[in-house]
Amino acid sequence: MAETSTLFTTLLMQGFAGMSLFSVLLLMALGLAIIFGQMGVINMAHGEFMTIGAYTTYIMSTFAEAHGFINQYFILALIAAFAIAFAAGYLLEYLLIRRLYKRPLDTLLATWGVSLVMQQAFREIFGAREVSPALPEWLTGSYQPAPGIDLPVSGLMVLVLMLVVTFGVWLMMYRSRWGIRVRATTQNRVIADAVGINTKRVDRITFALGCGLAGIAGAAFTTIASTGPTTGSLFIVDTFLVVVFGGAASLFGTIASAFTIAQAQSGLEFLMTGSMAKVITLVSVVLILMMRPEGLFSVKVRK
Amino acid sequence: MLEVQNLSVSYGQSSVIESLQLSIEKNETLAILGRNGMGKSTLLRALIGILPARTGKISLNGMELTKNESHERVARGLAYVPQGRGIFPSLTVEENIKTGLENAKDHRVPDEIYSLFPVLYEMRRRKGGNLSGGQQQQLAISRALVSNPSVLLLDEPTEGIQPSIIKDLAKALNEIKRLRKIAIVVSEQVLSFALDVADRILIIEKGRIVHENLRANVDAKKLSQYLSV
Repeated sequence: MAETSTLFTTLLMQGFAGMSLFSVLLLMALGLAIIFGQMGVINMAHGEFMTIGAYTTYIMSTFAEAHGFINQYFILALIAAFAIAFAAGYLLEYLLIRRLYKRPLDTLLATWGVSLVMQQAFREIFGAREVSPALPEWLTGSYQPAPGIDLPVSGLMVLVLMLVVTFGVWLMMYRSRWGIRVRATTQNRVIADAVGINTKRVDRITFALGCGLAGIAGAAFTTIASTGPTTGSLFIVDTFLVVVFGGAASLFGTIASAFTIAQAQSGLEFLMTGSMAKVITLVSVVLILMMRPEGLFSVKVRK
Repeated sequence: MLEVQNLSVSYGQSSVIESLQLSIEKNETLAILGRNGMGKSTLLRALIGILPARTGKISLNGMELTKNESHERVARGLAYVPQGRGIFPSLTVEENIKTGLENAKDHRVPDEIYSLFPVLYEMRRRKGGNLSGGQQQQLAISRALVSNPSVLLLDEPTEGIQPSIIKDLAKALNEIKRLRKIAIVVSEQVLSFALDVADRILIIEKGRIVHENLRANVDAKKLSQYLSV
């Protein structure tokens, strides 16, 4: 009896670890899915926007510590992480991406170049060593719903944040005028412009929003691990995997895909080494994509 | 109202529209007839700004539009119903109509639209892609009308529509002109439809206007000779 309950709690906590990974992956993937799904832009620098969010949180925490509002800073850091990543994304679209819309491979190379430049810039500014923002007291510690079960509060917070942001993205895409513009542009850019939608503006703000979401992912990430110049780039492959596996331009697909990949990854890590877990996840995804190249949940449209 | 001077349009090296002159007045319907590949669609696509003009000038109410992007032309008073209707298939009927409301103050679908096309009200929560051809055409016209245009452009609205529905479409266009007193430009291959709606008829061949007449003076036999293969 005691053994079953130990196994159960272990599984539960392992599942919870998977949920935290799922949350960060989904926050990253939502932004990328919007950018890739709408504009067909493969943004290799998406991970660096996450890093921007993480460093923003670090700067805010240092500032908060010096000025004694460490307990309140995290909410402000989330807003700042979003705003700064949004602004940087807006600038990148304006300076570079919009000139490359009809050349997807060039966009891939150019954004990869941007990601290298950004990583080096982080190294120059923050140093090569990983940093961790000081966590407010309410984010440390853990919640014990039953003896033996120990859920870190930071993980719970990331979970809640993910739910709020996902709901916000859903509202924006399916219940707002902005969402109508974005979806119309995705389905038929030429006609969308010809019925009166400023599609270039839609592109710019959508790209910036996707980057802003990565910024939020970065802020969330600081509560579960430390940040270095290449933190974001470690996430980019997994994030693309989530988006492609879920089927671009499908919100539900992205959620399901992030959940499956994160749970598989962390569940397998429990049974074998991290690298083996990654190998098995990747191979499974490749096999499934061979059978369903359009992803798990692709949007079917009558052409 | 809408003035086109010396307009030329090319696809790559080949010229499709050659030095074309055109003008249309308020409360007038102009039908542009011609066989496939004669440049009807190209002309309308150049007017709304999907294709660039190689030479010439397009102006609406005295304002030049030649350098403007499509959405700016819509804001200035042009509206476009594309060939094949161009419905956004996974947007609902209501959302499709709302895409035309970019420059409106009130972002609700005006009652006028649903009284003109009652079937769209019944179908407002359905996906645009699930509508029949005739219903999609009503939807595309509604989406164009809500932007309050002074000139409405329709590219082959009867294409792929059942003959019985074509009559209703003609009725709707005449009703729209009566209510709104706007200018309507329609490209067509179906002569009977053109005669039902047009005040004036143009025939276009190889990108040039080869015949022009008021409907009252039209000799249907002579016109059909331009349209038969």
